[in-house]
Amino acid sequence: MPLFDKKDKSRYATFSRRSLAMGGGMALVFAVLGGRLYQLQIRDGEEYKTEAEDNRINERLLAPPRGRIFDRFGVELANNRRNYRVLLVAEQATDGVAEALDTIGEVIQLTDVQKKRVMTELAQNKKFVPVPVAENLTWEEFSRINLHLPYLPGVQPDVSETRDYPYGPEMVHVLGYVASVSEQELAHDDDPLMSLPGMRIGKRGIEKEFDKQLRGRAGASRVEVNAYGRVIRELGKDPGVPGQDVWLSLDGELQRFADQRLSGESAACVVMDATNGDVLALSSTPGFDPNWFNVGVTGPQWRELATSEYKPLLNKAIAGTYPPGSTFKTAMALAAVDNGMDDLVVDCTGSIRLGDHTFYCDAWRIGGHGHVSLTRGIQVSCDIYFYEVARRLGIDKMAEAANALGLGSPTGIELPGELGGLIPTRAWKMKRFGVPWQQGETLVNGIGQGYVLATPIQLCTLAARLATGKAVSPRLAHQVGGALQSHPLAAPLPFSDKAFAMVREGMGMAVNAPGGTAYGSRILQPGFEMAGKTGTAQVRRITREERQSGLTPQSQLPWAQREHALFIAFAPLDNPRYAASIVLEHGGNAHTEPQVQFARDILTFAQTRDTLGKQTAYPPINAAAAVPPTPTTNGGQKFAKAGY
Amino acid sequence: MALRPYAVAKRTLGMADKLLDVNWGLVLLISIIASAGIAMLYSVAGGHWNPWALSQLSKFVLGFLIMVVAASIDVRVWMSLAYPAYGLALLLLVAVDVAGHVGLGAQRWIMLGPLELQPSELMKISLVLALARFLHGKSVEEVSKPLNLGIALVMIGVPALFVVIEPNLGTTLIIVMDGISLLFLAGLSWYWIIPAVSAIVTAIPLAWRFVLHDYQKARVMTFLNPEADALGAGWNITQAKIAIGSGGLSGKGFLQGTQSRLNFLPEKQTDFIWTSLCEEFGFVGAVAMLVLFATVIFYGVQIAMSARSQFARLLSMGVTLNFFFYIMVNGLMVMGLIPVVGIPMPLLSYGGTAMLTVMFGFGLLLSVHVHRQVEIPRHSGGII
Repeated sequence: MPLFDKKDKSRYATFSRRSLAMGGGMALVFAVLGGRLYQLQIRDGEEYKTEAEDNRINERLLAPPRGRIFDRFGVELANNRRNYRVLLVAEQATDGVAEALDTIGEVIQLTDVQKKRVMTELAQNKKFVPVPVAENLTWEEFSRINLHLPYLPGVQPDVSETRDYPYGPEMVHVLGYVASVSEQELAHDDDPLMSLPGMRIGKRGIEKEFDKQLRGRAGASRVEVNAYGRVIRELGKDPGVPGQDVWLSLDGELQRFADQRLSGESAACVVMDATNGDVLALSSTPGFDPNWFNVGVTGPQWRELATSEYKPLLNKAIAGTYPPGSTFKTAMALAAVDNGMDDLVVDCTGSIRLGDHTFYCDAWRIGGHGHVSLTRGIQVSCDIYFYEVARRLGIDKMAEAANALGLGSPTGIELPGELGGLIPTRAWKMKRFGVPWQQGETLVNGIGQGYVLATPIQLCTLAARLATGKAVSPRLAHQVGGALQSHPLAAPLPFSDKAFAMVREGMGMAVNAPGGTAYGSRILQPGFEMAGKTGTAQVRRITREERQSGLTPQSQLPWAQREHALFIAFAPLDNPRYAASIVLEHGGNAHTEPQVQFARDILTFAQTRDTLGKQTAYPPINAAAAVPPTPTTNGGQKFAKAGY
Repeated sequence: MALRPYAVAKRTLGMADKLLDVNWGLVLLISIIASAGIAMLYSVAGGHWNPWALSQLSKFVLGFLIMVVAASIDVRVWMSLAYPAYGLALLLLVAVDVAGHVGLGAQRWIMLGPLELQPSELMKISLVLALARFLHGKSVEEVSKPLNLGIALVMIGVPALFVVIEPNLGTTLIIVMDGISLLFLAGLSWYWIIPAVSAIVTAIPLAWRFVLHDYQKARVMTFLNPEADALGAGWNITQAKIAIGSGGLSGKGFLQGTQSRLNFLPEKQTDFIWTSLCEEFGFVGAVAMLVLFATVIFYGVQIAMSARSQFARLLSMGVTLNFFFYIMVNGLMVMGLIPVVGIPMPLLSYGGTAMLTVMFGFGLLLSVHVHRQVEIPRHSGGII
């Protein structure tokens, strides 16, 4: 057998031919690879470069410090406290995280619950993410941690900022509070800060109203990150713009005094500068601790807040609507004078019949008030007199006067959630109920019952307008950042000076003249005397049987069925500077008039302290508007001497 | 040139002659490529010799020695060792399925002392040896005879089966391509080729339905639409394309590849080393590397064509094609032209077994070159 036969030749030829073909195929594949490189690197290179940069560079938002809130004298009402905390980084805890926590526990107090939470958080995060172990440490605890740091691998001491309200519940209804951003808020606000972890935004009060200004503009830090999000290095930094400070017209001390005085009650109180509407105190009790919401309110805390009969979450001063009761008579009296009833005298027998219905006066048991003039009608709060006034005015004129005095629509105070109350008209009733107005309703509404509703801040506005004769409106924010807030000058009200003078005299008599409804709680200190008008708002109907058998004393009724007690006031009597309103929910007591005592104490405190005489931390707005009206009386002592 | 009769041919060459006769141009090319690979491993480690570059350098040195030794051994000795090598590789392959330990969800390694051995890598070279040995004596007509073809297909099919159940789709693909290519080069008739190709085309849907693992199907689906799942399974392809593309014309520079340094590239030291190279050295660098690869292959084809025995021709062409298939599958894969299958870039990717077997393959190629004058009778079984 030959070593090499012919077949070798043919198969070698085949091999060579096919090898060359495969060589060609390989060349083709190389061409494809080269072509693909061209496509990716040359044709689309720029696009991929951008994508690589997007991969690499991360914008880290930096939270600017939130603006502070000051009172009129520059006292901090809301600020940012240093939050000393301890963080733990899992990958740096060389002895293991459980051991690290135990070691930290030897230096500062750590509960098992805290440890468990930290372990869970560590498990949920990447190994290089610092997880807070303990927050709000004292300086001493923080120092101890720093001292032991060499023996605490993976532990990072850290100072962050947290919102703090030094006066806690006492100011919560003015300041509001900050809390975590909700899903809904995130969707409706494109501020990049909103998505920052740990971001807090204003949820109520001033914090909400001026949230945008207080928040500031986010800073950013451009960092290079790896695929796991770990920061490799910082490439650039924009510090952002800190939030703007807000100065309020509030007097922090007066606010605290008012809130403490009302504590234990379900009540609201507003004190303002009668000449310009600067709100000096706005209290709604009970309150709650705004710091709870900052750290996250717990289940039991929330249940307590949400279910309490005293409604601590409600700012009653702006969102509580109450029948104004007899305080409404001041507005009726003002309209009466200008509608020719300045010398109207009504003979009060204790009740009056209209159609088949009998309307009673408070004095029905003693046979009525007898001959009652306008000022005396205010002094003794004679219902019969004002039934007659209401009957003569008619509902629409009544509504006109009430609206002019600031009732029936929101005052525009810079607080979210303000309600407008209600001043009924014929048109309103037809629209609301589809039935025509009844004359009996005119009478009932004339003494501030029926449909009429007002908020404490509206009542305070009413008091200020009665005191000054000008359309002052409440205002709270004086200066935001460097900018003074602009407020229009208060225009004169469409009532005659004579009307104001008579109503003020009546209100002066109600407090300072014997027989006046608030006489027992008048201010005795010379020069500080107040004028005012009490009111009672029934929350239940008094039946005929009760009239016959004698009324159940208020103190024996269940709390929720007792009358609301109201009071509007201004002081000093001669030259009104302060206006105030108080609503004491279910606090009715015709003998002691506790709401008047509150007003007495608060207005005495304000005048003793001389809130409005002190230099403010900011320049005044509309200084020209702050002209006090001409004195109408010579002081409260006159009434006593005259022997009313 | 008249054919020298076998008896006249120099049976053996002296060691010095052999070393002088080694194709040192080819060795230089291989060394340049491997050095570039080590440099890339240094770069993807953030400019450190550890953990990959130094280890790869030692593997390359070891591989270099294996290559030189293999080159100096007579091609007929390799012919004699072809079947035992195949048998041993097959045995080891079976062993991984039994005793191999689990890594990346697939059984691919066997511990041989301190060495992690991938029998599937050994199998590629062993199969080339064994098939070259088997086809050496077969004429064009004999190759196409059902019996011979059947034996050859079994030789390809059995190891392919063991590799595919590991499961290692990429290596299976290369083993099958290596084997079929050798059959084709040996002169397999078109009467077999054309129906077989048609059958494969019809079999693909069936394989999809019954054979492929879920993760393999996921890879195919991801490949077909990587952007649909850019953060999940499509991450690899998307990030690899960004790395390559962002290199642009001249690249970001050595050690400046952000995609690999910041860990956006998966398996950057192994299967995706090519993307790092493209990122740091750009179109210019990548094309230069392709030219180096192509030149190596050109040398391989040239050596095959000039060899004087069918065994040597098939062996050298098989080794060259094996090298080429690595480049093709890896290159097409990382550049997003075919689905992701786990195949390293030869000489560049980190990995001991692949480096050693590739270098051993070049040793065989050089042995063919050194012994290119050796003629082997059709019915010879080689010498030992």
